Amino acid sequence: MTALVAGAKMARFKWKRLARHGSGLAGAALVAAFVLAAIGAPLIAPYGPDITNWAAIRKAPSIAHWFGTDEIGRDELSRIIWGARASLEAGVISVLIAGAIGVPAGLLAGFARGWTDAILSRIVDAMLAIPFLILAIALAAFLGPNLRDAMIAIGVSTAPMFMRVARAATLDIMTRDYIEAARAVGNPPWRIALRHVAPNIAAPVLVQANLSIATAIIAEASLSFLGLGEQPPTPSWGSMLNAAQQFLTQAPWLAIFPGLAIIAVVLAFNLTGDALHDALDTRRGK
Amino acid sequence: MQSSLGARLLQIIPTMLLVSVIVFALQHLLPGDPAVMLAGDSAGDPHVVAQIRDQLLLNRPIGDQYLHWLVGVLHGNLGYSWELSAPVTTLLLQKLPVTLQLSAMAFVIALATGIPLGVISAVKKGTPLDWLATSVGLFGLSVPSFWLGIVLILLVSVDLGWLPPSGYVPLSQDPLQSLRTTIMPAFVLGNAVAAIIMRHTRSAMLAALHQDYVRTARAKGLSERVVVWRHALRNALIPVVTLAGLQLGTLLSGAVLTEQVFDIPGVGKLVVDAVFNRDYPVIQGVVLVTGLLYVLINLITDILYAVINPKLRGG
Repeated sequence: MTALVAGAKMARFKWKRLARHGSGLAGAALVAAFVLAAIGAPLIAPYGPDITNWAAIRKAPSIAHWFGTDEIGRDELSRIIWGARASLEAGVISVLIAGAIGVPAGLLAGFARGWTDAILSRIVDAMLAIPFLILAIALAAFLGPNLRDAMIAIGVSTAPMFMRVARAATLDIMTRDYIEAARAVGNPPWRIALRHVAPNIAAPVLVQANLSIATAIIAEASLSFLGLGEQPPTPSWGSMLNAAQQFLTQAPWLAIFPGLAIIAVVLAFNLTGDALHDALDTRRGK
Repeated sequence: MQSSLGARLLQIIPTMLLVSVIVFALQHLLPGDPAVMLAGDSAGDPHVVAQIRDQLLLNRPIGDQYLHWLVGVLHGNLGYSWELSAPVTTLLLQKLPVTLQLSAMAFVIALATGIPLGVISAVKKGTPLDWLATSVGLFGLSVPSFWLGIVLILLVSVDLGWLPPSGYVPLSQDPLQSLRTTIMPAFVLGNAVAAIIMRHTRSAMLAALHQDYVRTARAKGLSERVVVWRHALRNALIPVVTLAGLQLGTLLSGAVLTEQVFDIPGVGKLVVDAVFNRDYPVIQGVVLVTGLLYVLINLITDILYAVINPKLRGG
């Protein structure tokens, strides 16, 4: 409990400021809308994602098909709604993978210091030295072209960022009086790490997670665009854009709408991330 | 400063060794026999598979395999592309100048747009101009580069016919045509970096504008333009330079997609083609070389930081 109170002070989390953050709230509402669309796709989407209509091939947006139809007559809007599943799933799961690897590693590095920190930090340096998307592409290429392996590839490539954030936060927490007090009363190191340090690094990790979901969604779209993510016919915004390239002049709407969907969801996560960052208030403090 | 530079140079060695371990480990992620997988489309040829097994010492312990591979890499041998029938080093030397040209142009565009937008946004904080610049920055961060590329091809090339939609002309062959083929991809590639630079310039300028030396400059009666652009910006730029340097890695990543969209024959196109041809030695070579480039860029950024930061220059 003491640790949580101290943690709240450390984070200087301003819930009121978060609530007043108009763009942050708009972002959160948009995120919620996409999540609802992804979950409720079977109910919301006007057509099935794979239902073809040979009489409506590459039709421009109309009342029947708001976002037009694709090269085999599938409804573009329905595919975009269903495609939200792949994007959000990839965003969330790959960030969970990254957090599951990076946060314990960062906690361990910051807590143990010495050789453990030196070795873990060098591994992170090496992973960060390889440009993010190139590492993700290489991993996806070697693992195999499908959504599951793309998520693993993105998660592993994102893990170093979480390790850095968790390590920096742990190093900060370790200088606090309550850690000294916890040591003085004879708590074993594992208990200090899990009960007193871990809850207090949650806030910066949460901000990082939010911003990383945005990056992971773009990364998934990029891998799918290159043919390394979700495979057709399952809808994914990146693979829809890949297919749209062949019909740029005849059916430009096929390239416009999936891109706008990616921008909207990434913007939503960036706005909420910015708001969380402000509410965390690491710089203004007072 | 010399000793810290020496220490920084020494730090590169373990980092690059670990990068090499990651790159080497990649081939062991492959399901099945690495020799068969590395042979790609030539896997049906037992002669090729046996040759790869011999070359990579696949019958020996993994430590021996790594050391053998590393010694080869240190001698410039990054493997052989069975698909393109050429050494990976040769392929990279052919493609790297294209990607470096594109990245350099993108970097210039990112600096030329990101810094002024960040300064204007900070100076006009709270005005519609600030809101507009911040929105442009946020949009730049949220738009996928490959989509921006597709939209620009539609607008600028298909509709307006101003620039070619794809292709590449080397700078040495025809500088003007080279510029025409690379300006749009460079803009697309630089977009996200411009947004990041803009956001950091804005926050660095906001901090700088509240410093005592800015108040002193104003009190001396200097014009606002001189105060902003010569006093505040000069100091605000120090952290921005470091950050901008780190973004060069983002450019190398982004080049993969941009080169794919605009059909530019650089390292990005090479690696994507390699992925589809299961040309694994090429993928490993690209990862290793981009890692090395990124580490070198970081080192140069650190040196630049020390040169432009008066506090470090004196020490």
